[in-house]
Amino acid sequence: MTAQTLYEKLWNSHVVTQLGDGEALLYIDRHLVHEVSSPQAFVAMREAGRPLRRPGTHYAVVDHAVPTRSPRADGVRLGTIADAQAAAQIAELEANVAEFAVPYAQLDGPEQGIVHVIGPESGFTLPGTTIVCGDSHTTTHGAFGALAFGIGASEQGTVMAAQSLRQKPARTMRIHLTGTRHPFVFAKDIALAIIGQIGAHGAAGHAVEFTGEVIATMSMAERMTLCNMMIEAGSRVGLIAPDDTTFAYIKGRRLAPKGAQWDQAVAYWRSLASDPGATYDRTVTIDVSALAPQVSWGTTPDQTLPIDGVVPDPAQIADATAARQAEKAIAYMGLTAGQSLDSIAITHAFIGSCTNGRIEDLRAAAGIAYGRKVASGVRAIVVPGSAATRDLAEAEGLDKIFVEAGFEWRLAGCSMCVAMNDDRLAPGERCASTSNRNFEGRQGPGGRTHLMSPAMAAASAISGHIADVRKFLA
Amino acid sequence: MSAQAFTTLSGPAIPMAEDNIDTDIIFPARFLLLTNKAGLGKYAFHDRRYTADGAEVPDYVMNREGWREAPFIVAGANFGSGSSREQAVWAIHGAGVRCVIAPGFGEIFHANCQRNGILPITLPAEQMADVMAAAQAGTGFAVDLETQTLTMGNAAAPIHFDIAPGAKLALLNGWDETAVVLNQYGADITAFERAQRATQPWLYPEDTAA
Ligand code: SF4
Repeated sequence: MTAQTLYEKLWNSHVVTQLGDGEALLYIDRHLVHEVSSPQAFVAMREAGRPLRRPGTHYAVVDHAVPTRSPRADGVRLGTIADAQAAAQIAELEANVAEFAVPYAQLDGPEQGIVHVIGPESGFTLPGTTIVCGDSHTTTHGAFGALAFGIGASEQGTVMAAQSLRQKPARTMRIHLTGTRHPFVFAKDIALAIIGQIGAHGAAGHAVEFTGEVIATMSMAERMTLCNMMIEAGSRVGLIAPDDTTFAYIKGRRLAPKGAQWDQAVAYWRSLASDPGATYDRTVTIDVSALAPQVSWGTTPDQTLPIDGVVPDPAQIADATAARQAEKAIAYMGLTAGQSLDSIAITHAFIGSCTNGRIEDLRAAAGIAYGRKVASGVRAIVVPGSAATRDLAEAEGLDKIFVEAGFEWRLAGCSMCVAMNDDRLAPGERCASTSNRNFEGRQGPGGRTHLMSPAMAAASAISGHIADVRKFLA
Repeated sequence: MSAQAFTTLSGPAIPMAEDNIDTDIIFPARFLLLTNKAGLGKYAFHDRRYTADGAEVPDYVMNREGWREAPFIVAGANFGSGSSREQAVWAIHGAGVRCVIAPGFGEIFHANCQRNGILPITLPAEQMADVMAAAQAGTGFAVDLETQTLTMGNAAAPIHFDIAPGAKLALLNGWDETAVVLNQYGADITAFERAQRATQPWLYPEDTAA
């Protein structure tokens, strides 16, 4: 048999039937559901009178529209939500999951959180599976060696009814990471550097697989950050072969296989790694040894530079389209060509999101915040990616470190990653953000976003401007 | 969710000579709290089309004479990148757009177009320059999906474009893909599940649930 990549193994093991011209009907094992992208899919099911084919393969949560504060002392949010549209959207999801018997991580419950944080935490995300969600950052779950990709609401309807989708295979791309990184260079920095190098559509049409010694030493949290960001390079799929780190993370989680099935599953999962000699359509090798912490200056995630850089001068950019885009981004961002990135004053800092809202991220940020104070004039919020992450952080005392330093400690949700709940920027406000998108208006109309790692965002909150976290290394 | 059939289309093309027009630009996130599919046309490109107090931005291309409610968009690379929100497609559909021509698309957006009766056409960069110039000049565009051709103005030689055969059939017929899958492949899906259940029983929690 010819040597196969991880992607090819995942693809081949899920083909229900070939449809000709390279297309296949692909079986979908798991579907994550959130309140914003799913309503129209449930409407389609109801209108066509279709049942859910396998209700137990779906898992629903509310995350995008939920507030991350509660007026109640016990932190309960249900019944207190002031925004009528948000409340209605949450109520609609609750009615849908009740009607169609979909398992649901309810608001104020122990498993609520951002869809891409709770999937792995609950053991819903498993290697060797196909996972879809009406959400582009479904790439995150590829960190487990799952073929995970975002879909639209119409496709969600097809998955609900038929547990399968018509798909065309992607080309394959290997990103090989070598070297040893600076202790304050994180997966987020590597992701931003990759996107800066290959461009916001540099991986379009490709399923990306990460390999190399850097991956082997990464925690699952860092692997998830890396895969999460691949959609920002235009790829719908980011993959990492499952290994002992993966299995140790999954073991014992609520939905993980148990007993004899666990051993059987691990044996199968070990067979998923790309075969020696398997070929990729493209390979990019990046040495992370010389990498500095990264920060985005513009309005697409590839408009990113090392923290010791300056805002580019469009007049110096040879490519006319890139020059025009840079000019436009600089105007929107309210910057000046040649300005040092570490001098840009901020009004907000946001630590959270499905990219960087996990316990490891909160620990890194707390390590910088410890014993320091948020600069005056900066509003800094820390939003755990899930209720379970929040509980764990509180058990470790991280909440106290943040509050002591002047950060707000919030309840789990997407929060300021996306301007569709109470946490958003006003026009002209500028945020050091650990989220994944610096698009125009992403954090609120007219808001300005700089993407960076949690340690960098904490360092910036304390400095009052975008700051080089390496200067905080005691 | 049956889509409209797509056969032929003609009219002017809105020029958007910019790369990476993402779905947050096409449909700002805050409007995602609406749960309807219909009536979203007024939100398409909202923050560029309207000022903060709701007035039209007069020089924005979609507000200019000749391009109001034009059925084509001609865009730069990576159009519809970013979020998976199908609202981006429902919104441009609501604004009258039925065909988008670009050198490349966000992949989820591309799939969403085909599910909703919008034809996404990918052309190589060499051809895009002429197409963009024609759109900017207000030239009339005509597309025929059956023959896979795009004609600009009175040009003698139409441009050929590629499309996956399955997507072409679905668009031409306005098929509801869920119904097609259920009707044609139901037995195959059942057979797949039987085989997978035997080798990966942990994927079938319904077998062990109390
Ligand atoms: S945290 Fe941001 S990117 Fe992640 S699911 Fe929520 S809105 Fe999407």
